Amino acid sequence: MTIMTYRQALHDTLRAEMLRDDSVFLMGEEIGVFEGSYKITAGLLKEFGEKRVRDTPIAEEGFAGAAIGAAMLGLRPVIEMMTINFSMLALDQIINHAAKIYGMFGGQASVPLVIRTPGGGGQQLGATHSQNIELFYAFVPGMKVVAPSTPADAKALLLAAIRDDDPVLFLENLALYNTKGEVPDADVPAEIGRAAVTRPGKDLTLIGYSRMAHVAAEVAASLAETDGLDIEVVDLRSLRPLDRETIVASVKKTHAAVVLEDDWLTYGIGAEVAASISDGAFDYLDAPVRRVAMAEVPMPYSKTLETAALPSRDDVTAAIRQTLAAIGHRTAPLALGVPQS
Amino acid sequence: MATQARQRRSTAPQAAPGERHAQLRQFYRDMVLVRRFEERAARAYTEALIGGYCHLNLGEEAAVVGLMSALRPTDYLFTNYREHGYAIMRGIDPKRVMAELYGRVDGVSKGWGGSMHMFDVTHRLLGGYGIVGGQLPLATGAALAIDYRGGDEVVMCTLGDGTTAIGAFHESLNIAALWNLPIVFVIINNGLGMGTTVAKSSAEPELYKRGAAYRMESARVDGFDPLAVREAATTAVAAARQGRPYLLEVVTERLRGHSVVDPAKYRTAAEVERLKEEDPVHLLAAKLTADGALDADAIAAIEEEVAGIVTAAADFAASSPSPDVSTLFDYTYATPVPNDSRRLPGQPLFEPLPAPVAGIGASA
Repeated sequence: MTIMTYRQALHDTLRAEMLRDDSVFLMGEEIGVFEGSYKITAGLLKEFGEKRVRDTPIAEEGFAGAAIGAAMLGLRPVIEMMTINFSMLALDQIINHAAKIYGMFGGQASVPLVIRTPGGGGQQLGATHSQNIELFYAFVPGMKVVAPSTPADAKALLLAAIRDDDPVLFLENLALYNTKGEVPDADVPAEIGRAAVTRPGKDLTLIGYSRMAHVAAEVAASLAETDGLDIEVVDLRSLRPLDRETIVASVKKTHAAVVLEDDWLTYGIGAEVAASISDGAFDYLDAPVRRVAMAEVPMPYSKTLETAALPSRDDVTAAIRQTLAAIGHRTAPLALGVPQS
Repeated sequence: MATQARQRRSTAPQAAPGERHAQLRQFYRDMVLVRRFEERAARAYTEALIGGYCHLNLGEEAAVVGLMSALRPTDYLFTNYREHGYAIMRGIDPKRVMAELYGRVDGVSKGWGGSMHMFDVTHRLLGGYGIVGGQLPLATGAALAIDYRGGDEVVMCTLGDGTTAIGAFHESLNIAALWNLPIVFVIINNGLGMGTTVAKSSAEPELYKRGAAYRMESARVDGFDPLAVREAATTAVAAARQGRPYLLEVVTERLRGHSVVDPAKYRTAAEVERLKEEDPVHLLAAKLTADGALDADAIAAIEEEVAGIVTAAADFAASSPSPDVSTLFDYTYATPVPNDSRRLPGQPLFEPLPAPVAGIGASA
């Protein structure tokens, strides 16, 4: 084990995979000379040269498509979309092509492509640069979408994504790059399609991914201390496939769930999770599934408005207390005036 | 509009007449094969044996055979959705092309692609693509992979005239030129993007000139002259093989509607009459006959041979089974992963459980 940042885990894993396999190469805007907008690829151009670390023109559709075409011939490109917002310029190539080629041609060519890209608001980047639109990709069969929340998962899921023969949208998060954690030294890929119970508990299931899995872990730890609550945390890790079994098994045990997401609530990832709980654990629920999600507005620039729009730890804490109050648990005094049972 | 500057000037070098005629006779036979195959496909479509969209190469036969003759078997081809003739001329058995149109398991794409999505790894046809412009970035990436590995193959990527207006065209040409990739972009300019003329959709109607914006060599050739197409394509492919991407414009005609169901009412009566005269298959037959290189008996023999191939293709397609429903989930992912949904529309996500007996919240 080594303690390192999420950023370092990504960097080191990219480097290790490039050393391991000559067919792995990187493409993206500003990833070489500039060393990446968020410096994930720092030093790699110098080490591997322009053939394997390619700065592209500002042409998301063009370079995403070129990566798909190269993958069809057996290379393993890892491309960087500077932020997930810009990936919309490449939607046709990703959704109409990367996700379709294996099926549409009867399994004759696979697309071993990784699209690394950070989501995340909270940086005062305004409406077009603060979105969480991983849902667009998670909606589409043929895509795989993973969203690590810890440095260890950043490594394990990136290893899995690069070695996988299908297109993988690898969701990073601006707010996570500097977070630290223990990372195993051995190169052991995670299994795409598996959620993780990152904290066992019996009172309520808290479900999140990416930054919100982080928030979930913090809130659960905090409520254990302040309220003596035993909250189970599920980190989805994989948005497609979605590990409904793990979600439902947890809710069957705890009888209550709060789902966290950084994207908009309506039609969001949390809606799918909540529906899955209804499908698989309806008879076990003691309260409606609660969702905590971003306010349904284009993200404002002003810090006060931005903060209000994003789900906070307090929002999550309140939602948990309200849910437990609704089912008669004894909890700490309530902040929002919901009657205590 | 369809009279747009299709240059009659042949750029073909003057080979010995005998050699030229032998090549042209072969081209004529291949063009007749594409023509009769497409006519059979149109018939099968009207008989509801073929579903979806069905775009035909009628009028583009000389372009198809000329272009395909310039490629090595190891070169790669990406096309758009008007690709039946290209598939056959790449060497794919017409039976498998027709079976794909019929949506059967023996189709080139196992019945998953249909008319617009023919694919064959062996013959290096890396796809017909149904989204206008979608194939360009992919083809550019295939050329990148060849370059990455130091191979000597070339990618040919065909596109329609309307595609030159889309962003992917410009992004792809820029990347190909920046990185010196082994690729030839071929604009099949039949004068019409569905019902919209080149003049109405392109500020620079001489489409090959768009190569200049990327310092890419480019040329325009008469798409009714298969030898001229072959020569121009050979030049383009040779440049690409040396890492000099190339933009070739082949000026041709679309004899019928955009797809089988399009009556092409946007065309004037005069244009329709002209197209009856200007048919590349008939023109080549007349020319070869006038030159004494082909006679009625030879034409009849070709027609008979081709009719046999096309009938056999249709029979094969009709007798090939439809894919089994049990294979529905076989091609979602190349690498299997847990929790991949294999649920049919009427199936629940979770098997319904009996209601808990001991009241709300009881564990099962």
